[in-house]
Amino acid sequence: MSSPTRAEICAVACAEAWRGDGAILASPMGVIPALGARLARLTFAPGLLLTDGDAYLLDRDGNVEGWLPYAKVFTMVAAGRRHVMMGAAQLDRHGNQNISCIGAWERPKAQLLGVRGAPGNTVNHAVSYWIPRHSRRVFVEHVDMVSGVGYDRGAVDLRVVVTNLGVFDFETPDRVLRLRSVHPGVDVSDVLAETGFDLVIPAGIEVTREPSAAELEIIRRLDPDNARNREVP
Amino acid sequence: MLTPDEVVAELRDGMTIGIGGWGSRRKPMGLVRAILRSALRDLTIVSYAGPDVGLLAASGQARRVVTGFASLDSIALEPHFRNARQNGTIELTELDEGMLHWGLLAAAHRLPFLPIRAGLGSDVMRVNPGLATVRSPYEDGNPLFSGGVWGGRPPGPAELVAMPALRLDAALVHMNRADAAGNGQYLGPDPYFDDLFCLAAERAYVSCERIVTALTGPPQSMLLNRAMVHGVTETPNGAHFTSCVPDYGRDEEFQRKYAAAAADPGAWDRFRAEYLAGDEAAYQKMVRR
Repeated sequence: MSSPTRAEICAVACAEAWRGDGAILASPMGVIPALGARLARLTFAPGLLLTDGDAYLLDRDGNVEGWLPYAKVFTMVAAGRRHVMMGAAQLDRHGNQNISCIGAWERPKAQLLGVRGAPGNTVNHAVSYWIPRHSRRVFVEHVDMVSGVGYDRGAVDLRVVVTNLGVFDFETPDRVLRLRSVHPGVDVSDVLAETGFDLVIPAGIEVTREPSAAELEIIRRLDPDNARNREVP
Repeated sequence: MLTPDEVVAELRDGMTIGIGGWGSRRKPMGLVRAILRSALRDLTIVSYAGPDVGLLAASGQARRVVTGFASLDSIALEPHFRNARQNGTIELTELDEGMLHWGLLAAAHRLPFLPIRAGLGSDVMRVNPGLATVRSPYEDGNPLFSGGVWGGRPPGPAELVAMPALRLDAALVHMNRADAAGNGQYLGPDPYFDDLFCLAAERAYVSCERIVTALTGPPQSMLLNRAMVHGVTETPNGAHFTSCVPDYGRDEEFQRKYAAAAADPGAWDRFRAEYLAGDEAAYQKMVRR
């Protein structure tokens, strides 16, 4: 089997976000988070609940195991039984996220998605982020419209931020973004060059683990069309 | 039973109108198209927004939108809503999705507000400066019985967002089936919030794929009863181009055409002339080709 691509390393890093979560709703946004969540359930996080993107819960074999229309998703959110991995157009050191708009909210330069469920997600349950293109446009001093809240604004459980360059968490005394690992072939200086604020760099940065042969086989089986490599070339 | 134009004749300028469905799914597009043919203006639209909001933003008939997003699902961003925001031609009340749900629930229950965690700490509070918080009167514990898991410690923070009721002048929803009396049935996987939209509204109007003499199938699918509904209209393919499973899926090709046309005013004029200039029968004839 050929050696893992960056996208495949990212898929495993996303999967790791759900390790230990038990029976909760996993809500991945994006191709690679979705692959990661399915990989996690097939291996080390068998309890995860996953939807078909609509209102059905599908088990690991693709059979319907339940019904989860939006109203019930909202109840799962408020009950705290969910771990979402969202995207972010902007993210600051405290984990404040923006998916709403760029520029002044009153008349934005670019209208994006809107806040969607991000405010509620971040004050109710576990949240991770997926950034397929790590850049200074995303990692900013201040976000234009706080959608998901950071730890300085009442977030309850921000887990990890996975990007195309590395894995990050908030495990510092003041709960700010910290580099946890760089992906194989990435240097810490590459990460710093693409981050628009002072990132916490602990001693002894590890390299993100590579997929096992079994994991690689699962990833390639789940994504035969290689959508992952289009999200992270 | 009404025609779509008769439904729209019951609406007035300046009304707050809730539209059911979600994104580009089971939207009452036949009724939206009837609004496009009318002179209605200054509308406030409450919606989990898709092309319903896009079309009413493009026509200039929506003055304000109350929503948490505007999306075509398979196309992430609603292009007309995006244009309207960036051109400053529409006002926005931006809410978390759960807050919108809670506002409809409060209105349906005739409550002034309902407490919710969503919104706390976020810029939803900044851009809606009128939103207040409320403090739990039960900070010291459950007043009804001692013990239990929350005993002396209430769940979550004591300070919560007081989400005001989103009272609607009218609601427009689309069902797979209905009877002439106003009982409505969805046959797809998700009811969305169509029942709450109807109960939150002074007047609720249902369009449907087919009027039947008696609803059949699982009782759980019979979402709307006639006490919630003030008028019914039959609009076959009336959710087009949004999805209305199992009757039909989203017309992705047409949706791509719609989104592409939004990119420049000339293309949009041509799209309007081709598809939206005539009545619903003319539209349906065009999209069936």
